[in-house]
Amino acid sequence: MCLGIPGQLVEMVDGNDQLARVEVSGVTRVVNVGLLEDEALGAGDWVLIHVGFALAKIDEEEAELALASLQLMGRAYGDELEAFWASRIARAGS
Amino acid sequence: MRFVDEYRDPAAARALIGRITDLAGGDAFKFMEVCGGHTHTIYRHGIEHVLPENVELVHGPGCPVCVIPMGRVDDAIAVASEPGVIFTSFGDMMRVPGSRGNLLAAKADGADVRFVYSPLDALRIAVEHPDRQVVFFAVGFETTAPSTALTVLSAEARGISNFSVFSNHVTIVPPIKAILESPDLRLDGFLGPGHVSTVVGQRPYRFVPERYGKPLVTAGFEPLDILQAIYMLLAQIREGRCQVENQYARVVREDGNPRALQVLALVFELRPHFEWRGLGFISQSALRLRSRFAGLDAERRFSIPGLRVADPKACQCGEVLKGVIKPWECKVFGTACTPETPIGTCMVSSEGACAAYYNFGRMHREAAVALRVR
Ligand code: SF4
Repeated sequence: MCLGIPGQLVEMVDGNDQLARVEVSGVTRVVNVGLLEDEALGAGDWVLIHVGFALAKIDEEEAELALASLQLMGRAYGDELEAFWASRIARAGS
Repeated sequence: MRFVDEYRDPAAARALIGRITDLAGGDAFKFMEVCGGHTHTIYRHGIEHVLPENVELVHGPGCPVCVIPMGRVDDAIAVASEPGVIFTSFGDMMRVPGSRGNLLAAKADGADVRFVYSPLDALRIAVEHPDRQVVFFAVGFETTAPSTALTVLSAEARGISNFSVFSNHVTIVPPIKAILESPDLRLDGFLGPGHVSTVVGQRPYRFVPERYGKPLVTAGFEPLDILQAIYMLLAQIREGRCQVENQYARVVREDGNPRALQVLALVFELRPHFEWRGLGFISQSALRLRSRFAGLDAERRFSIPGLRVADPKACQCGEVLKGVIKPWECKVFGTACTPETPIGTCMVSSEGACAAYYNFGRMHREAAVALRVR
């Protein structure tokens, strides 16, 4: 739950400026980007995701570093990814 | 130095270790890493064994799962067992022991306990089950608290009335202060937490050098980040400086995330005091919902037992969380207390010092001891 996972923004969700689709290790899920309201976010940008919320904008190099070290974590990262995949935030329509 | 070969850039790691060894010279140093994520990296990569023996790392209280006291878990189970309630929690919290079992056991006994990835998943469950009360077990430092805050604001805006939050959010500065005030620990500086600092920034840590005369360097999560931060701490000490520095500037900004701080202040207020496992009651160290959100506050909606429960006798999590003992020095470590059957909280989350050491550290230690013998 404390792990920040890097994801790449695919697109904003139509009609909702708080939600965006992001790709994490080949899987796309919806996250809330309301905490990054003050940043100019666009497709292709990398963000650090915590419990379904983008917490910080990061650059591509940092995203790669973070992913590489998460992969070394083994099970802890696997559990976090599985939880992320199970998330269905989009349907909350929030 | 055989562990160094697993690092992303072994040459850079060797160079840093050399500089750390030179700077440390013949003096002994003890630095605390506040954050559980750092503890995990340190054990995963055997950092304690690549450092010179006179530079020691001690683990701090920065694993939010580990600091939840038994009484709060009992409270959570009491709410989860109320008729009609769907109780939602991060996976990490499900196995944290209360005085009579954990949330998984409550689920097996018939309570509707569900594991969620995000507070927004809990809110969605509330929307899908308008006839049920859905409670979210909120834990975490300033890293996760803004997410809970935005979820609460969303629930309010959408008029969702069957959703509430059982807030156990804690803040990072008071436990650091408590540790600095604690008589049983002599520290020479801190590795500041990484992700919490993306929210709070660097300013809240200034009291550490200013009032307590200890340097603090906020660090990233790669082994090289940790080594670099240790080097920066030693450099400060050797140059007669004492400051807050940022090794993780590629992610952490001086001011943190102002929007996140704003929603935190809007939704939460400080509790007068809150009990931390092993650290006791710390004043103004935790967050509860402001009265504007009373309708979304599980503590106002349900009658919560709120009993204080002493930790089991065998458990030494308090000493582990304060860095007074190492995980393997606890009497039940690896025997009665394992990740499968945790007695204390530090064995539950992968960022807890005991679990991190159990999963990775033991091998490194055994290997290091074997190498030294040879
Ligand atoms: S081994 Fe278990 S009981 Fe002992 S300090 Fe660690 S988590 Fe607590």
